[in-house]
Amino acid sequence: MQKKFDQFIEAFDRRTGLHTGLQKFLYEEIPASSGWHQVFGSVALFLILIQFFTGIMLAFNYAPTPGDAYSSVRYIMTEVTAGRLMRGLHHWGASMIIVIVVLHMVQVFLWGAYKKPREGTWIVGVILLLLTLAYGLTGYLLPWDNRAYFGTQVTTQIGATVPIVGPYVSRLLGSTGDIGVVTFARFYGLHVLLLPPATMLLIGFHVYLVRRHGVAPGPQDEAKPKKSFFPEQVFKDTVAVFVAFAILFVMAAAVKVPLERLADPTDTSYTPRPEWYFLFLFQTLKILTGVPEVVGTVILPTLAILALILAPFIDRGKLVRVRQRGLAAGIVLLAGLGWGGLTLAAIKGTPPPTAAEQIDFAGPIQWMQLAPMEMAGVHYFHEEHCDSCHNVTPGTPKNGPNLLDTANRHDAAWMTAHFQKNVTNLSDTQSKALIALMQKLTPDNGDVIDSAPDFAQEGAVIFQKNGCPACHKINGVGGVIGPSLNGLGNRRTEAWVVEHFQNPQKMSKGTSMPPYKFANPDMQNIVSYLFTLPDKAPGQ
Amino acid sequence: MSQENNRPTMTTHGATELGTAETYGPTRRAFHLAVIYVLGAIIGLAMAIPTALYLLIPPKPRGRTGWIDAGDISQLTPGQPVEVSFQESRLDGWKLSTEKKTAWVVKEPDNKIVAFGPLCTHLACPYHWEASEDKFLCPCHGSEFSIDGKVVAGPAPRPLDRYVTKIENNRLQLGELKRSIPA
Repeated sequence: MQKKFDQFIEAFDRRTGLHTGLQKFLYEEIPASSGWHQVFGSVALFLILIQFFTGIMLAFNYAPTPGDAYSSVRYIMTEVTAGRLMRGLHHWGASMIIVIVVLHMVQVFLWGAYKKPREGTWIVGVILLLLTLAYGLTGYLLPWDNRAYFGTQVTTQIGATVPIVGPYVSRLLGSTGDIGVVTFARFYGLHVLLLPPATMLLIGFHVYLVRRHGVAPGPQDEAKPKKSFFPEQVFKDTVAVFVAFAILFVMAAAVKVPLERLADPTDTSYTPRPEWYFLFLFQTLKILTGVPEVVGTVILPTLAILALILAPFIDRGKLVRVRQRGLAAGIVLLAGLGWGGLTLAAIKGTPPPTAAEQIDFAGPIQWMQLAPMEMAGVHYFHEEHCDSCHNVTPGTPKNGPNLLDTANRHDAAWMTAHFQKNVTNLSDTQSKALIALMQKLTPDNGDVIDSAPDFAQEGAVIFQKNGCPACHKINGVGGVIGPSLNGLGNRRTEAWVVEHFQNPQKMSKGTSMPPYKFANPDMQNIVSYLFTLPDKAPGQ
Repeated sequence: MSQENNRPTMTTHGATELGTAETYGPTRRAFHLAVIYVLGAIIGLAMAIPTALYLLIPPKPRGRTGWIDAGDISQLTPGQPVEVSFQESRLDGWKLSTEKKTAWVVKEPDNKIVAFGPLCTHLACPYHWEASEDKFLCPCHGSEFSIDGKVVAGPAPRPLDRYVTKIENNRLQLGELKRSIPA
């Protein structure tokens, strides 16, 4: 059997040379000092392959046009089996690549492995770093939610500030006016058609150069016997790859990738935040107020990239031990501290996302369709612990009947009597709200009970208690004296609404609305609630 | 491939694990190989299983479609199948699409109403009623069905599929299209 197999391999190799090629590749000799510090290149390559794979998988369920893009991402997240995991791997993998690529560069830098004759390897590496960032920038737009839209708005504006070529960059990105279908198509094309083959070619060239010059030896490696890449170093690489993969997999499974509301260019209350690895640039721009914009957006980043590319030509000294490269370590430390400080300042400086911005649109969102009284009912449902006797999801049966089809079995009068008999101290308001909710529940929307956020429940209770429905409609229910509150987020900012509550006369002259001086957290809750209403009442 | 044998034993920085000099002997080599293959296999499986689920398990159908009105049936004559068309809304992936669909409706001698799916059970070509031959004929591969949907000739493996039906106020309501069982 073994003999047959060997014969087959030999015959195969005579015709293709693949076996000998692989052997040559694997049994490459590497310096004695090689070891754990050199695993990052392999990990980066592995992660890029994971990105290619998960990217292709996502493309199988993704529609690359605005609007459809959002629905299809939501479809992947909520309907497709393992879709959440697949997007999680792609999303967190992107962040992880940045981390690993930077670690890889830091290692090469500290060990001085870019020195003659390996300058080319280093420069190709720097270009690969830039490509990695380009993936991040272009991929950011593809879910087409608010975060994607407003983040990319900033990116393309920055591109436009480049002296001389700025307008052409804008045109290339299709963003001369606002971001729309053209920009989307350009970003998608870059992300899936241009960048992947470019990356593959450059990685090929990078690895070729590594092999051509051999793994950079340490200063005392000359006298020592060489090691074999396989399996000694491959073992270390595999362990590192496995650790990276395990972390990525757990993150993808456990940390849900956010999906915000569908991109809405008229949303004036949205604060865009870049991806974490771009926060330092964002903060640099903030610090550099007073100097021309191009300094922060173009000149400084260009200088930084140039410094990276030129590093091997500036540092031309002889190869020395890592421990003696104090200056290099100092530079890395300074860069790390600078980056960390700027990032931290950026995080502290940006207002935390509002409750409305934090809603996960990849989760159940049917609660947004509830009328305020029904929503208040959800609050009382939890307050009165109705779920100690009743199910609203198909779960283990409880003492009381499942409530999803109550409306088919009982009318309001029956429910009022039921509450009087079984629930002590239920006020008339509470009873009415619960009945409204029961009449709304169907087997298709039972998740509203668990998915409606607390602020929306509280907000609806405040809305009801203060008699707001007498004048205002929400989701088609309420009076017509004041304006309907659906789509309020498109018309006003949250600050405006807060002030309007406190002093209606000042904000809109001639209004008959009395002032409401809500204290926090009531004010926050009702404003957040109003800002999460759908733009249009259901069915309109 | 026997590099470990002809390599001189040499200490790089004193004794390492196992208290021996840092040699690369067959035991360590075998251990390294085992770890490479096992970890590689775990990663492969951890990707292959979700991928298979992702591609092969269809998403749960959402929202139950009710009955679809397929028109008035009081004018039907027994023995004369009629092709009716109707609109059906369907959740197609992430899109709600409305499609025109058809059914062949037959009034049986005992006044029972049957609605056949419009596609041949062989390779899903649309068939039609040939009044002169009193048969449903499929133009693609010559399958023929009798008025009660049974296969009379040709390659079709099973009778015509039927819709679940009910009649309300003389109007035909169509439910799910049930796959027929081979005779």
